[in-house]
Amino acid sequence: MTRKLLLEHDHIEGIRTYDVYRKNGGYRSVEKALKSMSPDDIVEEVKKSGLRGRGGAGFPTGMKWSFLAKPDGVPRHLLCNADESEPGTFKDRYLMEKIPHLLIEGMIVSSFALGANQSYIYIRGEYMYVLQILEKAIQEAYANGWLGKNILGSGYDLDLAVAPGAGAYICGEETALIESLEGKRGNPRMKPPFPAVKGLWQRPTVVNNVETIAAVVPIVNDGGDEYAKIGIGRSTGTKLISASGNINKPGVYEIELGVSVEEFIYSDTYCGGIKNGKKLKACVPGGSSVPILPHYLVCKTAAGEDRLMTYESLADGGFESGSMLGSGGFIVYDEDQCIVRNTWNFARFYHHESCGQCSPCREGTGWMKKVLYNIESGKGKSEDIDLLWDIQRKIEGNTICPLGDAAAWPVAAAIRHFREEFEWHVKEPVLSQTENYGLVSEKSFVTETV
Amino acid sequence: MEEVKTNIEFPRELLDEVQRVVGMFPEGKQKSALLRVLHIAQAHWGHLSPDIMDYVARLLHIQPIEVYEVATFYSMYDTAQVGKVKLEVCRTGPCMIEGAEKIIAYIESKLGIKEGETTSDGIFTLKAVECLGACGYAPMLQAGEKFHEHLTEEKVDELIEQYRQNPVANYMGLQK
Ligand SMILES: Cc1cc2nc3c(=O)[nH]c(=O)nc-3n(C[C@H](O)[C@H](O)[C@H](O)COP(=O)(O)O)c2cc1C
Ligand code: SF4
Ligand code: FES
Repeated sequence: MTRKLLLEHDHIEGIRTYDVYRKNGGYRSVEKALKSMSPDDIVEEVKKSGLRGRGGAGFPTGMKWSFLAKPDGVPRHLLCNADESEPGTFKDRYLMEKIPHLLIEGMIVSSFALGANQSYIYIRGEYMYVLQILEKAIQEAYANGWLGKNILGSGYDLDLAVAPGAGAYICGEETALIESLEGKRGNPRMKPPFPAVKGLWQRPTVVNNVETIAAVVPIVNDGGDEYAKIGIGRSTGTKLISASGNINKPGVYEIELGVSVEEFIYSDTYCGGIKNGKKLKACVPGGSSVPILPHYLVCKTAAGEDRLMTYESLADGGFESGSMLGSGGFIVYDEDQCIVRNTWNFARFYHHESCGQCSPCREGTGWMKKVLYNIESGKGKSEDIDLLWDIQRKIEGNTICPLGDAAAWPVAAAIRHFREEFEWHVKEPVLSQTENYGLVSEKSFVTETV
Repeated sequence: MEEVKTNIEFPRELLDEVQRVVGMFPEGKQKSALLRVLHIAQAHWGHLSPDIMDYVARLLHIQPIEVYEVATFYSMYDTAQVGKVKLEVCRTGPCMIEGAEKIIAYIESKLGIKEGETTSDGIFTLKAVECLGACGYAPMLQAGEKFHEHLTEEKVDELIEQYRQNPVANYMGLQK
């Protein structure tokens, strides 16, 4: 049976309210942290836990925290990234809506560990009703002495507030989030300086995802070593996966890292298999930015090993034959889906969301969108496929923020694995308007021998 | 607070709400409240006209250009008149494969408008938007604050009927 650390209580009636949350063991980590641990002790436990950022990049959280600059007399800030706009990702909304106090509890212990006295949750504007749920929970936390001055008589003060965005995917990028929280357009900043040195209002700042902050609660409660027992290798603990697409049971699942992809897709505990008895065509395992995998590379790696739900196994084979765990936005496509159409749809998304500061991203995403639309609508030429490849290469690595890469990778992976489907669209401009290509044929990969 | 010279002004309870939001940020960082105050203004007046943006600038002691920049950057703000109820249908990948395009076409034919347009009675505006974080419950649309998921044509019929009778969309707990 899978252990649940975050969603253990999500089914309990009234768990959204303070009283029920507290009765089920809520706020124990704050008691433990403030009464018996120093801030550095907590950072140490988080390091031991092996927790990696759940927002997409998978950077070790303990290490990130230890990079925070601590100049004398300058306030520091913890910001929770609840922007959740990566297509395929809807886990943070679930967590905040069901168990808002878990996030607040995590914000208190994490803020204490970082020496932050004023922390914010930045939430996408479209989640306005969730913002209200969080504000209600924050009021309850103040009323019960978990926030405010001198919490539990420890001398530690913390204020926590929620601030909304207003519809911009780019504000999930940490420096754009900071700009937005300062009341500006969401234009990412050049790095360095990194937020750990100059972030919100030029003060040292840590930005963490909702799920990362929530995971600090069980880490403080049970210890980092206990957390690290779950999972495989450098993928420790549990992960929320939001599953969508052509599966029988879409939804949010908490998995132990290390479950096989096959079990995740086909077992009734999770996705329950492909809908309508169809065949699996492709999978985007970590949100729209990560490379798409063709059917034969989803459950197995190119080397023929079982693919597991871990950072390492999903990335096995690099961009040649692997993908990424990313944000855990797991999108499944059946044999009736058109890869060209889907790639066009994502390219349109990135073009729409580009902040426009760098020309490779602003112009490149627009070009990719147009060329893909031409191919999809039967007006493509065979040179267009090479043109697309060329455009995505010129974006990748040449921009201020990683949105450029995030726009390039899905196009590159689609061409890499589904080139025959793109070519078919060009060769069969009429037929491709009504029919689907189906499954692409399996390619063999030269695997390096050690 | 400076004297406000136009007749655009929040009622008392909204001024209190602005005070509360400004109070979330340190002294001198009141500009951080801008996005939220614009949401409140849009909920109250329906859209953000130049006069309204100028008023918000005065309230927060910032330059009007700082407000215009923000109001035009974020997709949730309307700087021109829209319907009382915005039907915002997600069109991104996971929703598309579950039939978002059909839902958009169905609403278009039902309301007799195209995506981006407003019905002549001023009640509905139809918009196609990008992923709203409900991909597992596709297809979906947002109306005001509310998420409507697992859409079917029947559900859309019901929704439109319901909003036609009671064209209310909430933002920030405020009634439009
Ligand atoms: C374009 C773009 C969008 C992003 N969107 C999000 C998001 O919605 N939520 C999130 O937690 N991280 C997002 N990130 C990653 C953040 O920049 C940052 O790495 C993350 O919040 C760090 O938190 P973590 O270490 O806890 O994962 C995004 C990054 C980019 C480049
Ligand atoms: S890569 Fe794109 S989104 Fe990022 S800063 Fe440049 S233009 Fe803006
Ligand atoms: S793709 Fe429609 S809600 Fe995410």
